[in-house]
Amino acid sequence: MDVLVFLIPVSLGLGGLGLLAFLWTLRARQYDDPRGDAERVLSDEWDDRPKPPEE
Amino acid sequence: MTDLSASHDARLSACPACDAAPLAQRWAEAGSRGQAPGDLILSLPTAHCAACITDVERALMAVPEVRSARVNLTLRRVAVDAPGLTAGDLIPVLDRIGFEAHELDPQALSSTAADRQGRDILMRIGVSGFAMMNIMMLSVAVWSGAEAATRDMFHWISGAIALPTVVFAGKPFFSAAWRGLKAGRMGMDLPIALAIILASAISIYETLQSGRHAYFDAAVMLCFFLLIGRYLDYRTRAVARSAAEELTALEVPRATLLQDGDEVAVPVADLRPGDLILIRPGARVAADGVIERGDSDIDRSALTGESIPVPAAPGAALSAGEVNLTGPIVLRVTAAGRDSSLARLTALVAAAESARGRYTSVADRMSRAYAPVVHILAFASLGFWLWKTGEARPALNIAAAVLIITCPCALGLAVPAVVTAASGRLFRRGLLIKDGTALERMAEIDTVVFDKTGTLTMGTPQLQSLRPLPVEMRPLAAALAGGSSHPLSRALAAALDGGTPAAVEDLREVPGHGVEARWNGLRVRLGRADWVGAEADAPGAATWLWVEGRPAIRLDFDDRLREGAEAAVLAIRRSGRRLLLLSGDHERSVVDTAARLGIDDWRAGVTPTEKAAIVNELTAGGARVLMVGDGLNDTGALAAAHASISPASALDAARVASDMVLLGGDLTPVAEALDVAGRSRKRIHENFAMSVAYNIVAVPFAMAGMASPLLAAVAMSASSICVTLNALRLR
Repeated sequence: MDVLVFLIPVSLGLGGLGLLAFLWTLRARQYDDPRGDAERVLSDEWDDRPKPPEE
Repeated sequence: MTDLSASHDARLSACPACDAAPLAQRWAEAGSRGQAPGDLILSLPTAHCAACITDVERALMAVPEVRSARVNLTLRRVAVDAPGLTAGDLIPVLDRIGFEAHELDPQALSSTAADRQGRDILMRIGVSGFAMMNIMMLSVAVWSGAEAATRDMFHWISGAIALPTVVFAGKPFFSAAWRGLKAGRMGMDLPIALAIILASAISIYETLQSGRHAYFDAAVMLCFFLLIGRYLDYRTRAVARSAAEELTALEVPRATLLQDGDEVAVPVADLRPGDLILIRPGARVAADGVIERGDSDIDRSALTGESIPVPAAPGAALSAGEVNLTGPIVLRVTAAGRDSSLARLTALVAAAESARGRYTSVADRMSRAYAPVVHILAFASLGFWLWKTGEARPALNIAAAVLIITCPCALGLAVPAVVTAASGRLFRRGLLIKDGTALERMAEIDTVVFDKTGTLTMGTPQLQSLRPLPVEMRPLAAALAGGSSHPLSRALAAALDGGTPAAVEDLREVPGHGVEARWNGLRVRLGRADWVGAEADAPGAATWLWVEGRPAIRLDFDDRLREGAEAAVLAIRRSGRRLLLLSGDHERSVVDTAARLGIDDWRAGVTPTEKAAIVNELTAGGARVLMVGDGLNDTGALAAAHASISPASALDAARVASDMVLLGGDLTPVAEALDVAGRSRKRIHENFAMSVAYNIVAVPFAMAGMASPLLAAVAMSASSICVTLNALRLR
């Protein structure tokens, strides 16, 4: 059971990473236009990097 | 920004026209107060694919002044940064590549405030989701038999994660419950907040006592599922609000006042009876009055539903809201502002509006019945176990379990999930739902009332046939028609499009009469029957072409049916609903339209007041009426009806008065909306039945003291998932 001493912090840390990633996507306005972003992948324009969002 | 959106939330006031003036001024001020200049937002109801995004953005970027353009496909709109340009410059650009576009007001959209609220809820969902997963991992270990010190440690860690999460994620519920308590209301939020607080408190106490059951996972899970319901609810309302209510006003409420020979632009609200105002061709009449000078043709379709313009000469009375078509006129104001006929029409709306405000949604009725039952059950089990065991701890434990199990997770999702799925489906078909309870009300509809001009028909005339016009006369007709902006002339020019117009001299428009020119030395005229010396032998929309020395040729026009009108009417008839056509137009064109669409029940020459009265009469007779209309003359009926739809081309007041707005030009979604509404009502009822069934199964366990955190977790997540999946079947 001693392994729990490592495993619990590790799992919490991984979960926390996921949470941080989610908060980043939120701040980067990635939920403003989910359908448009899905379709933009198919377009030839802005192939090298995503078109920057408005503002 | 918030004050703007607040005034828009109040759906209707006694006088939208009076409100429009200060609102427009505030927008103008907001614009001058450091708003980024040149930001335009256009709604694109027909955009749907990757190619649409590229096409629209490329077409807009090709305009030299446009600095950037970005399409948002989810909201179907495009944001354009183009300093110095107006929406009027860009709409034709998009029209040329086949996209319908409408202007939205960027200030009124107040995207920042709305976005922040949405992101705030999303953030709380993310945090509670993270906490829920980690606590669940520890809980699974406890459920599968962790003992003594290990269990205590797991409980402590769970608590350390859960408590801050509950405080953060549960804040919307706590504040809503507190507001409800202060106002003396018992909504869904009170049992939710109580359950979350009680579950956390009991769990802390049990952990301190090294008890077996801790409900940290349940408390966080409650927040998670209920926040999802909250978010869906918010999204539906945000999408509808931003796109439907802020389609900009069609007219700026200003008038050109003639003062000592000078033209002064003044707000309509400042006009006084006796003032002289100038109304240019193409402008809307700002106040009631009598024509002092000038001849013209007047389009009265918005006020009366008449599809054909009427000629007007000095002495004729005009009403605010009509459109001046051909010549400039000077009007002596007889009534302005609150006394005008426009204001009287909107008073009709205000009277009807209060009736609809009394509608209570299924969710409200459910929560009103639900909250007391839950609290009574919890108190009953607390009392019973106190009496039975004489100890507070097991009794409190059981009461908390009852509250947690009965907590309306699935109930909180039951309506928003269905409404989101249904409105998403209708939005893809080009129908925007503005009001949260509109779908429910739509489901009860058994009578559909249509307006004619502008709703079933486009409100623009179309040449019936080119046959009466000899081939050699066609270039001449095209030349004459091109010289006027009268709707009949434009229809004729459109019908003759492609041929080269003949060369004519001295082409001039005689407002109120027609167009006149010289052609090969002969006088030629296109216009009214009495002006060209012909007999108006049959009623209907017609114009005459006359060449000196020859008999005049009669050209007949009819009103073009709106796309999808036939399909919509057919589908509604098949569904067994009663169909009615109410129009302010002349009998002949109403009969014609009714016959083409197969509507047996029609009334012509109906005044706005009568329209509202007929709808009220039908309602009093037990019918549930859906009104579909676009004009100012429909606003009373739109507001009086149980549910209402107006096309995007409708006047502002009509759109404000209705629950749903058709974004495209097509009418077919009307029939589909009725169908989807019926199905979504069924899904809502199924969802309620499902979540109540879960409670009926689980509550006895909880009251008997046999509930475990495991049972609570399973019941809660299983019912929420079932309800969501059931709602998704609508898509």
